[in-house]
Amino acid sequence: MDLNDTPEQAAYRAEVRAWLEQNASHAPATRGRGDEEQAVATHRAWQRRLAEAGYVGVTWPAEHGGQGKGPLHQVVINQEIARAGVPGILDAIGVGMLGPTLIAHGSDEQKQRYLAPMLHADEVWCQLFSEPAAGSDLAGIQSRARKEEDGSWRLSGQKVWTTNAQFAAYGLLLARTDPDAHKHKGLTMFVVPMDAEGVTIRPLRQISGEPEFNEVFFDDVKLEPGSEVGAVNGGWGVALTTLMFERLTIGAGSEGMGYRADRFASAIASDPVAAKDPEVRARFGELATELLALRFTGYRLLTAISRGQIPGPEAGMGKITAVNGAIAAGDLIADVLGPEALDPDSEWSYLISFLPGLKSAGGTEEILRNTVGERVLGLPPEPRLDKGVPFSELRAKERQEVAS
Amino acid sequence: MNFDLSDEQVLLREAARDAFSRVRTVEAAREALEGGELPDLWSTAQQAGWTGLLIDEQHGGAGLGAIDAMLVLAEAGRVLASVPLLGHLPATAVLNAGGLDDGTLGKLASGELRAAYVAARPGDDVDPAWTAEPRSGRRRAPAPSVVRGDEGLATVSGSVAWVPDAVGADVLVVVGVEAGRPVAVAIGASAGGVSVEPASGVYDATRPLGHVTLNDACGRVLAADEEELRRAWFLAHALIAAESLGAVEECLERSVAYAKERYTFGRAIGSYQAVKHALTEVLRRQENTRSLLYYAGWAYADKPDEFAAAASAARAAGGAALDFAAREVISVHGGIGATWEHDAPLFFRRAQLSRRLLGGTGDAVDRLAGELLAGSAAGA
Repeated sequence: MDLNDTPEQAAYRAEVRAWLEQNASHAPATRGRGDEEQAVATHRAWQRRLAEAGYVGVTWPAEHGGQGKGPLHQVVINQEIARAGVPGILDAIGVGMLGPTLIAHGSDEQKQRYLAPMLHADEVWCQLFSEPAAGSDLAGIQSRARKEEDGSWRLSGQKVWTTNAQFAAYGLLLARTDPDAHKHKGLTMFVVPMDAEGVTIRPLRQISGEPEFNEVFFDDVKLEPGSEVGAVNGGWGVALTTLMFERLTIGAGSEGMGYRADRFASAIASDPVAAKDPEVRARFGELATELLALRFTGYRLLTAISRGQIPGPEAGMGKITAVNGAIAAGDLIADVLGPEALDPDSEWSYLISFLPGLKSAGGTEEILRNTVGERVLGLPPEPRLDKGVPFSELRAKERQEVAS
Repeated sequence: MNFDLSDEQVLLREAARDAFSRVRTVEAAREALEGGELPDLWSTAQQAGWTGLLIDEQHGGAGLGAIDAMLVLAEAGRVLASVPLLGHLPATAVLNAGGLDDGTLGKLASGELRAAYVAARPGDDVDPAWTAEPRSGRRRAPAPSVVRGDEGLATVSGSVAWVPDAVGADVLVVVGVEAGRPVAVAIGASAGGVSVEPASGVYDATRPLGHVTLNDACGRVLAADEEELRRAWFLAHALIAAESLGAVEECLERSVAYAKERYTFGRAIGSYQAVKHALTEVLRRQENTRSLLYYAGWAYADKPDEFAAAASAARAAGGAALDFAAREVISVHGGIGATWEHDAPLFFRRAQLSRRLLGGTGDAVDRLAGELLAGSAAGA
């Protein structure tokens, strides 16, 4: 059992650290208000600088502009970026999840056209999967793409929870292309230019008041022939690839969520009365147990990743531990500090407001527990009323039930 | 980065599982509640080399680490095996650090002699005093007092309640205090002034406990320093947590198996979310405990400053996990799970008693909070 680097990793770490020390002055501020356009431009330039140094897309194959290295190199970069106190890349979703999906399923033309500008943040990407009525049950999406005579497509529908949509050049979008097929069979993945006619992007403000996400509307948007990624009606398999890379990205960054026991400890310890209060200590000890377990489960996950294993559904349990542990921490800190903790300028106010939404992100706790129960423990599935039914019939039945 | 067991550790675990599988330990646990004899697992421990696990090779031991000890105890916990390692292993860790070179270490390593750890709880950020387990109540007892004599000898007086594996031990490693500072003294169980009374009212027959009373009992002062005596306390916590992990694994396996085969309203009960979610919660707590035990094992070897926090976190997680898992295995089985017919009550009894030993899991939670709030741990 060893948390130290191999000599090769240590050398790589030293190289990354030295580079960050030399270049950190070009990094944007980690958080803060102000002019968004300016902030995005600075962040774009920061990703470009990292990319030129070879620190973006390190796990991508060299032929697509990557470094062909293992995921542990990505972990080293994440750790060093966190240590330097600078932000990571602007387009973590594109580089971590959507680019790898294009590499796995895209056509040669798509790879030629999109990957290099993505790596350098010349073109930022967004993920257009979730919909108002399809989150945990992602295959229930209703955005509809119809093929025209000339091979182009017409897209209509609505997506939601879309990070970075307001400045993205492209989106990777899952749409229904055959409503008469079973739910998972009639889906296709598309590349969508975000500046196309009929695309409307609206910010979606969160409890904190800040717009963390967007909702995106598509009104008869024209997609050129060849916009499909992977086979027509083969979109579910493409989406699963993206979700696999999502787990890998989250796994490789599992230490970096910032929900660390020592961070919360310093807030409580600043009040010497609270630090000796048995009730505060009992609550803090319980949540610190959870967050320490999270951190060291993360090291087990990284060990598995370094051996070439892809994190399975059990990795979802880490999110449950992280979110509930952090909620307990925010609650305790607010009890200790009083109303001051909820001051809009307080970091705790933001944390407390952010977490209720995070509980549903990437699958609700309930659906994660279903998946883990079935795929890890091997328990029998919930009865499914949507299996083997054409999607159009399923929708008609749903509407009928609601009406009755 | 390699935060996983080594091949040797996996083999050690498999060997332990195999050795315990040859004895009907769970049945014995039930029979012992009704006065039956427990199987002798000490000879198993001797043959496997577990008795000398934490003793240096130069003294005839295996010279292994805390993580290896935890792996063995997890397998013991899985089958409720009554093997007095919880007392012996922390005691031998103190003796090993104390450099006792009169041949006793070799006999302890081979298992010819058996030791028990008569613990004192290290002071913390709220109260610096070292204290002992009281017979009852929240107020902790003073640790036994030590008066040093000539030639490395000392006399010890005081009482320590609920000492694991004290009954029948040959050597008692007593942590007492002299002028407020902790001192370890090795006392022969047959020495004058030593009384070890078996705890009556046995709730978990696989966990023998004794009340130790010392009246000017004479023993040899060990050279183990204060840091090593702190380590012994937290090592015992980590070992209790390891036992709990094994028992949680067994409870979860049994719960899942039954949830797949038992049907109600035309469906396997494991298909209901209410059951499924409870069992994933057992899994979540189980894996958290495992991660924290790895943390404790790693800290014991490589990060001594964090061992107190790591072992306390493991104890807190493991104790709560076993309580949850033991209640869940009963609940999944329905009424039968709460009867003498079933094994689930034996795991429940283990959970309830183990959670209250050596300060209890509540104390471990408080210790973790104190360690983190004092800024002395987990800052890496």
